[in-house]
Amino acid sequence: MSKTIEEINEKIKSGKVVVLNAEEIIDYAAEHGVKKTAKEVDVVTTATFGPMCSSGAFLNFGHSDPPIRMTKVWLNDVPAYTGVAAVDVYIGASELSETEGMKYGGAHVIEDLISRKPIKLRATSYGTDCYPRKEIETYITIDTINQAYLFNPRNAYQNYNVATNSSNRTIYTYMGKLLPHFGNANFSTSGQLSPLINDPYYRTIGIGTRIFLASTEGYVSWYGTQHNPTVERTAKGVPIGAAGTLAVIGNLKEMSTDYLRACTFHRYGVSIFIGIGIPIPVIDEEMVEFLRVKNEDIYTEIIDYSVQRRNKPSYGKVNYAELRSGKIKINGKSVQTAPMSSYYKALEISNVLKNRIKGGKFSLTKFAAPIPLDEKLRNLDILSKEEL
Amino acid sequence: MIKKKLVLSFPEKIVTKPITYKLVKEYNLEFNILRAEITPNMEGKMLIELKGDKSQVDEAVKYLTQAGVTVQEAAKDIIIDKNLCIDCGACTSICITQALTLDKKTHKLKFDKEKCILCELCLDCCPVSAIKVNI
Repeated sequence: MSKTIEEINEKIKSGKVVVLNAEEIIDYAAEHGVKKTAKEVDVVTTATFGPMCSSGAFLNFGHSDPPIRMTKVWLNDVPAYTGVAAVDVYIGASELSETEGMKYGGAHVIEDLISRKPIKLRATSYGTDCYPRKEIETYITIDTINQAYLFNPRNAYQNYNVATNSSNRTIYTYMGKLLPHFGNANFSTSGQLSPLINDPYYRTIGIGTRIFLASTEGYVSWYGTQHNPTVERTAKGVPIGAAGTLAVIGNLKEMSTDYLRACTFHRYGVSIFIGIGIPIPVIDEEMVEFLRVKNEDIYTEIIDYSVQRRNKPSYGKVNYAELRSGKIKINGKSVQTAPMSSYYKALEISNVLKNRIKGGKFSLTKFAAPIPLDEKLRNLDILSKEEL
Repeated sequence: MIKKKLVLSFPEKIVTKPITYKLVKEYNLEFNILRAEITPNMEGKMLIELKGDKSQVDEAVKYLTQAGVTVQEAAKDIIIDKNLCIDCGACTSICITQALTLDKKTHKLKFDKEKCILCELCLDCCPVSAIKVNI
């Protein structure tokens, strides 16, 4: 018994669609069995709300009079990349303010744009015959400019490692503050709710898939940078540690700060919490087997972030049920754990998306091209031209 | 006579030594342990109120520092700004007394003021700066 996307979309239109979130499907499948679940449930909503540094937005300001071909641009003193056309820029989430340092960055500019706050735009140029102006200082809001779209090269990691610290000093990382002598251990991803964990071989999520992106309808635009699907997997296909990633795109003008938040990791830098929800069509029984994945089935590795090398020592594997219990054992020692991503928010997103689908406001898409399963992660080695 | 509220951090190695006992014996101080989290082989934390002669209190603080204890003045209050908090729980693993936890049912951040020893370890670990101190 299998279902097509078209059949599911018909059910969405007629209001007869059955949608569960990725947490609810676990008990439902246990109670009703795989066969019945595949028949009765049409869509499962997955979600995540975590810090995703590899994010940013393209903006087009429109032309001033006389016009300028911007060569350096600052938004609230945060530099934006402008090596594209005259008034196009890319504001990266992790870019730091030149006046406030880590307190304010590209992520805060993006959040302030969504909040419709005025942003100071400053730009310089060498001046050309067609673009004579050499500098400009003005104020914009998201509504005074042309396009503004979030375009994130790497979001929604399929799984991620656990960070701990064996050294004798506190370290500050993108996985948060790590206390000395295994004082704590931090993990990321929403586990059983996480989109790519629920579709581990990308059977339904692909390039062109419509998603919930910080409240608006966005799309998977490509597979993400550092996409690494060839890592070790459990018998049920769940990758152990960081694996697949997604590049996503969506209209910034329609986003909400409820699901996109700037953040600062003390002594590390600026990042951005992004809320992503992905609906997974229950196309067949095999899909139910993947969707019923629970925290106990998802394993990841405990990594020592105090070793300042590419390859860091591992202290073994642990599952998300253990991680979410608040305590794990590392080398026999009891260590407190904390998530870096908000399960509360992820669950909220999965329910918002569920209600939109049930209400006929969000329909499913068949992807335009699949996400590759054979990519491998490459390292950057320091080589001469001859050694390449 | 002065009164001082201090947060004492005991490194693993000296957690089991009878350091606080000396405060009474050598420095003639009255002390009140308001909250404590002491486990062998783990860093210990204690919120303590000292009462005594100013010079004796100062001497006692010197003694504690020399013994390897980190001494800091206690803040009045830790405040979680619910409007800013996104319930990620990043602060929960560094909270040694587990005053900050994630509710198992609602997945929301819970702050139990009774358990807080005002050590301020959580202050710089909130990614959205929702944890503030009231001095």
